[in-house]
Amino acid sequence: MNAAVAPARLFALPRLSSPAVRRLFYGAVGLGLLFGLWWLGGLLLYLNPATRSFANFGPIPTFRAFPELIGDGTILRAIESSGYRLGMGLLLAITCGVPIGIFMGRSQTFRQLSNTPFQLLRMISPLSWEPIAVIVFAKWDAAIIFLIAIAAVWPVAFSTAAGLAKVDPAWFKVSRNLGARPWHMLSQIILPAIAFDVLTGIRLALGVAWIVLVPAEFLGVTSGLGYSIEDARETLSYNHLTAMVLVIGVIGFALDSICMLLITRYSWHRQT
Amino acid sequence: MPIRGVHIEVVDLSHRYSSRGALTFDRVKLEAQSGEALAIIGRSGCGKSTLLHIMAGLVRPTSGKVSLDGKAVEGPSPRWVMMFQAPHLFPWMRVAQNVGIGLRFANWPQAEMRDRVAEALRLVDLEDFAENNVQDLSGGQQQRVALARSLVMEPELLLLDEPFSALDAFTRASLQRDVRSIAKRLGINLVNVTHDIDEAVLMGDRALIMAGSPGRIMHDITIDLGDPRERQDPAVQAARAQLMKSFEGAANAASGTAGSEAGDTHDADHGSSAEFTGMSAAESLGTARA
Repeated sequence: MNAAVAPARLFALPRLSSPAVRRLFYGAVGLGLLFGLWWLGGLLLYLNPATRSFANFGPIPTFRAFPELIGDGTILRAIESSGYRLGMGLLLAITCGVPIGIFMGRSQTFRQLSNTPFQLLRMISPLSWEPIAVIVFAKWDAAIIFLIAIAAVWPVAFSTAAGLAKVDPAWFKVSRNLGARPWHMLSQIILPAIAFDVLTGIRLALGVAWIVLVPAEFLGVTSGLGYSIEDARETLSYNHLTAMVLVIGVIGFALDSICMLLITRYSWHRQT
Repeated sequence: MPIRGVHIEVVDLSHRYSSRGALTFDRVKLEAQSGEALAIIGRSGCGKSTLLHIMAGLVRPTSGKVSLDGKAVEGPSPRWVMMFQAPHLFPWMRVAQNVGIGLRFANWPQAEMRDRVAEALRLVDLEDFAENNVQDLSGGQQQRVALARSLVMEPELLLLDEPFSALDAFTRASLQRDVRSIAKRLGINLVNVTHDIDEAVLMGDRALIMAGSPGRIMHDITIDLGDPRERQDPAVQAARAQLMKSFEGAANAASGTAGSEAGDTHDADHGSSAEFTGMSAAESLGTARA
């Protein structure tokens, strides 16, 4: 009966015992398929005389652009400026969002009072603040940081509050009984208890911030990933354009993966 | 062996949860000697859990006071710790970290903390589980961790707010026996609030019966039994029968004199008198009563 099964197995995918290896394998295959489609698209652009001038959008010219872009420091400089704006914006969002969330979670009055205005503010597209931000802030950098912060603060605040709502009030009673001071409550009980939710909020915030960052850099500034794309478009260097788009995707993916790792690290919830 | 019990004195303690609410209990007086194991029996809603919270300093009484060795209880302290119905462990910490949390609050040095935690885990027979995730433990093991977390503070007084009520009969019996023997060995006072008459007989040196609304202490009965106490022992059975009788008498007397409405207590359920006779011992003992 083993003999009957064996030939069928011969053509099946290799049996991947470890789930991590399996995930990696499928990830690589999926990525390969994506690049295949991209390559096909580039080929079609090249084959059609009407679109041949756009053939540089394909993967091969794109990858050829990298040595140049890395060599002259374009990529690094763009990452630096964008990273600074993203980092400051997120930092601002976290330093405002976590306390707001804790306050929302701990005070019912504040929660009820703030819910409607916050939900309203949350639904304003972050980029629609741009004209106001440009008027208010003297520097473009500050305006962009503000846009990122206002986009990212809501996911952080709301998931912090949601995390706090799940905290067992008896933990405070137990801690008080065992001699906890208010500082201990925060550092030993509240923060570890909600770390999972805060990090989940930060991950969402990062996603939104990353989306807001690039269009925010299309205007005014002369540095950053968004600017590089605009610049490449204006100089018709399409392979530079796609290279920068690829960089944006890779960095975003890497940041999101780091968040995922942190979430797994600090999660104490049992999956059942 | 260090004797570290405490003399407990409760004087004219009254409590109401809101200024216009009914009294939860009225002018409760009690006294316990150092190292004594006290059981307070009462049905749900008589205010016994509130009384325990006040003794732990977690709730402020409306009037009256609780003194431990002559000093008034002003707030919570690791010297008198409470075990609750649920273990309330911190799921992001391993067993050993949970046990050591009180020492961490008190800024103990790492090495001494480790020794103390190991000792406490030995006391509750969990020395092999130090590095386990608390969420993987059974309910009984989790309560043992909570017990170790309390014992690690070397308290003078352990307040038990029905910590065994959610456990299966076998686990409950072993914990009842172990908690009493540990408390006796260390000389710690026990105050055990329960609606389980068997538990009072198995764990207490003395039982106070609390009844009525507002709650009052109706009887004070010494349980003069040796250790270890076995449920099947005729002497234990006799003590149980006596306690049961006093209890029913107290319940009837209370419902005859006071109003039947329970006050605004924070006890979970307000069982009626009839319901009580249905639950209590019958639930845990499983034997028919005449």
